[in-house]
Amino acid sequence: MGGGGGAEEELTAQETALYDRQIRVWGVDAQKRLSKAHVLVCGMNGTTTEFCKNIVLAGVGSLSLMDDHLVTEDDLNANFLIPHDESIYGGRSRAEVCCESLKDFNPMVRVAVEKGDPSLIDGEFLDKFDIIVVSCASIKTKLLINDNCRKRSKHIAFYAIECKDSCGEIFVDLQNHSYVQKVGGEPKPKELAYPSLQEAISVPWKNLPRKTTKLYFAMRVLENYESSEGRNACEASLSDLPAVLALRKDMCDKMSLSESQIPTALLERLLAAGKKQHPPVCAILGGILGQEVIKSISGKGDPIKNFFYYDAADGKGIAEDIPPLSSD
Amino acid sequence: MASSPASAASEEEAVKAAKVLMVGAGGIGCELLKTLALSGFRDIHIIDLDTIEVSNLNRQFLFRQSHVGQSKAHVARDAVLKFRPNINITSYHANVKDAQFNVEFFKQFNVVLNGLDNLDARRHVNRLCLAAEVPLVESGTTGFLGQVTVHVKGKTECYECQPKPVPKSYPVCTITSTPSKFVHCIVWAKELLFAKMFGDKNQDNDLNVRSNESGTSKSDVFERNADEDLDQYARRIYDHVFGYNIEVALENEETWKNRRRPNPIYIRDTLPEEAIRQNGSSRDINNEQEEPSAMVSLGLRNPQEIWSLADNSRVFLEALKLFFEKREKEIGNLVFDKDDQLAVEFVTTAANIRASSFGIPLHSLFEAKGVAGNIVHAVATTNAIIAGLIVIEAIKVLHGDYKKYRMTYCLEHPSRKMLLMPIEPFEPNKSCYVCSETPLLLEVNTKTTKLREVIEKIIKSKLGMNLPLVMIGSTLVFEDGEGLEEDEAANYALNLEKVLAELPAPVVNDTKLTVEDFQQELSCSINIKHRDEFDEEKEPDGMVLSGWSAPVEKQVTSNGGNQSVASSSGADYADGIVEDISTKPGMKRKLDEVLELENCDASSSAQVVEDDDDDDLVMLDENPKLAKKKRLQ
Repeated sequence: MGGGGGAEEELTAQETALYDRQIRVWGVDAQKRLSKAHVLVCGMNGTTTEFCKNIVLAGVGSLSLMDDHLVTEDDLNANFLIPHDESIYGGRSRAEVCCESLKDFNPMVRVAVEKGDPSLIDGEFLDKFDIIVVSCASIKTKLLINDNCRKRSKHIAFYAIECKDSCGEIFVDLQNHSYVQKVGGEPKPKELAYPSLQEAISVPWKNLPRKTTKLYFAMRVLENYESSEGRNACEASLSDLPAVLALRKDMCDKMSLSESQIPTALLERLLAAGKKQHPPVCAILGGILGQEVIKSISGKGDPIKNFFYYDAADGKGIAEDIPPLSSD
Repeated sequence: MASSPASAASEEEAVKAAKVLMVGAGGIGCELLKTLALSGFRDIHIIDLDTIEVSNLNRQFLFRQSHVGQSKAHVARDAVLKFRPNINITSYHANVKDAQFNVEFFKQFNVVLNGLDNLDARRHVNRLCLAAEVPLVESGTTGFLGQVTVHVKGKTECYECQPKPVPKSYPVCTITSTPSKFVHCIVWAKELLFAKMFGDKNQDNDLNVRSNESGTSKSDVFERNADEDLDQYARRIYDHVFGYNIEVALENEETWKNRRRPNPIYIRDTLPEEAIRQNGSSRDINNEQEEPSAMVSLGLRNPQEIWSLADNSRVFLEALKLFFEKREKEIGNLVFDKDDQLAVEFVTTAANIRASSFGIPLHSLFEAKGVAGNIVHAVATTNAIIAGLIVIEAIKVLHGDYKKYRMTYCLEHPSRKMLLMPIEPFEPNKSCYVCSETPLLLEVNTKTTKLREVIEKIIKSKLGMNLPLVMIGSTLVFEDGEGLEEDEAANYALNLEKVLAELPAPVVNDTKLTVEDFQQELSCSINIKHRDEFDEEKEPDGMVLSGWSAPVEKQVTSNGGNQSVASSSGADYADGIVEDISTKPGMKRKLDEVLELENCDASSSAQVVEDDDDDDLVMLDENPKLAKKKRLQ
């Protein structure tokens, strides 16, 4: 939670003028905490681009981008940080090009590139950050980073986010999070204990309430499929449908869940999207994630525990708590 | 987007072929323009009359420090063309109410998307969209809250089918004599004192300007004597408004029977050492190129800090003097502006000194500026989410999926697990004077009320018409706007001053007026009912309009007084930002109904349908509380 207090220095006149409207939303202390927070984003796509824009504008201390993939035409689709000019992006990594654009958004935020492979990050490297966001990575990589974050003595908040066309999922692990909740205008200290990603995705399905969003199950099937095929997130396509349906049957049988809880039409929709992202959905997911990260740094307001789902088909944005407190 | 690949392809085609109009290039506008461009829209027109300010830069991400002062519409266009060079964006640095944006102009678009910051422009765009039969997607945000609604003529309610909040106003006596909250002191400082000192001298003002202090024979103590030293003048004003005027008010014992008595405050008590100091400007010369600031020249740095009464008094005197020293040419024409540092300093400190008199807690400059400027809280994230939702609805509109239209609310805390809550749109309100043909009823004394009063207080102010025309039967009695013949104009000017019963076509009981606005292509009928008497307190206009959805004050103060002082003349919200939705009656009504569902049994009349398809959403069944509102079928 952004390292506790930190009300010693005053904001400069420049900061007060720039951040005026948002200080009126979250207060001066939250703004000071933001300016001391260090954020790492692994994987640059439409959703994380939106997120980066939001927190650079909000005024975090620093933002580091990790994504060594060279920019290709596919990346231009939902990404407004990459100019449509091959002479600018050609031969350069996604992190480099995005970093250059983001620097411009707010001169008070340090934006930098971290070279490397997200699946290898651990140890002291992690201690440089307060917040880690992972996207376009395999479930294996996400589990590993989440696990490594939890091993550090420093409190590091972990987020995983994926968008599949009209749908999106955010996972949040704040470990033990203390914050201030406003109840009828009165600030009240509160504590939340989060499960790890491993715990959150291995809950027996029959223990979950019937109304749990179908997207939760669908995302587990796809992630399992991609992982068994050795692919990264969003690397399956419609041609994989038969194999995915077989896996659905397999998992539902094992977990005693009716297959109808994971409609074929939904899986089809998610697979058809492939890597293509739907920009309005990226804006919505990136906005929610930005808000969550600001809540976690400032220690103000109820954070999502521990999944968020959005589906443009029904228009709902839902928070799910998995495993639910009543289970186990 | 959703559903089958075939429908996804036709959606893509609809988007490519669409011509869209965006109104507003502020907080929501910047996000919206970006998301539209990324989503494949190729022909976007954007209107905004504003220029860029520093306080926009925390969320209007298409703008940079170097753009401050430039047109929002033009800069936003250029910024988006950098990452989408092959689309067409047409920008207008203009007011959407300008005559060039008429019904014909609106008709060229497939959908209109609003990212506006004021009620007036929203109502205007709503009317043009109805007249041009172009669907409208409307939006607004405040802090972490926001909403997106869809308005399609004949299918859903229009933007004005539900009452909208208007800026709050306060009874004059609360402001002039009996403030009990800090906001009352701010309104006094801004609307009365600041206006009196620096504004238009011909404006009515309720400040007591007379003094019986020795040697003053003048009728207005605010006049500066020809040879008067500035320092001395500033103190004289201080003593008059914070000392003498309070003493005068205290004489009225009746007022203070059940109230705490205020303390008069004089400069000799708050700043004894400076009262002794010799006259004359002994201050350092301010840095000439910078905007003059009293707090800076007095070495006060922190706008978040609550200053003592003495510091407030120092800043007050200094601000007053700086206006005369550095900005004398503007005196007489100034209107309070939240971005005018010196004006904010003057109003903050005046409000604090007055608050101190009345035992009201003092506030920091930062807080006072928020109250005085009616600043709406704004963050980038909510605007980004709302812009995403606008594009999703716009695509449905273009694709003609009207059964899938949703109003979506963005909440700060989950309700029924939802942070983004979709609700089916409502049917048009059959008694809405804007989108239905239901006549209005005006009770008025036709023998004493002038046509001018009906036009100003009812047709312009309540019905929101811009350039109205008034007909009685087939007789045209008034028309506004340019291009009138001289004799016509003279004739209308004469009619304005006539009472209703003496117009060329007399208006009496049961007469029907037809009122039109050509620009908005809005026409409505008003049935007249003659009434002799009106309650001065409850019906201050001397007229009562019914059969329409009256704007609702956010919070009504009712302790006496039949006049009121608007808290926000020149109401200036932040940008891209709507009314405070938490206090927006229409929004609240709907949300309350939905939120209530959490606490009531499934057996109650409103129910949530959770079918087993992907398509579950909150539905409000017909319900006595919803009165005539029905779900869109």
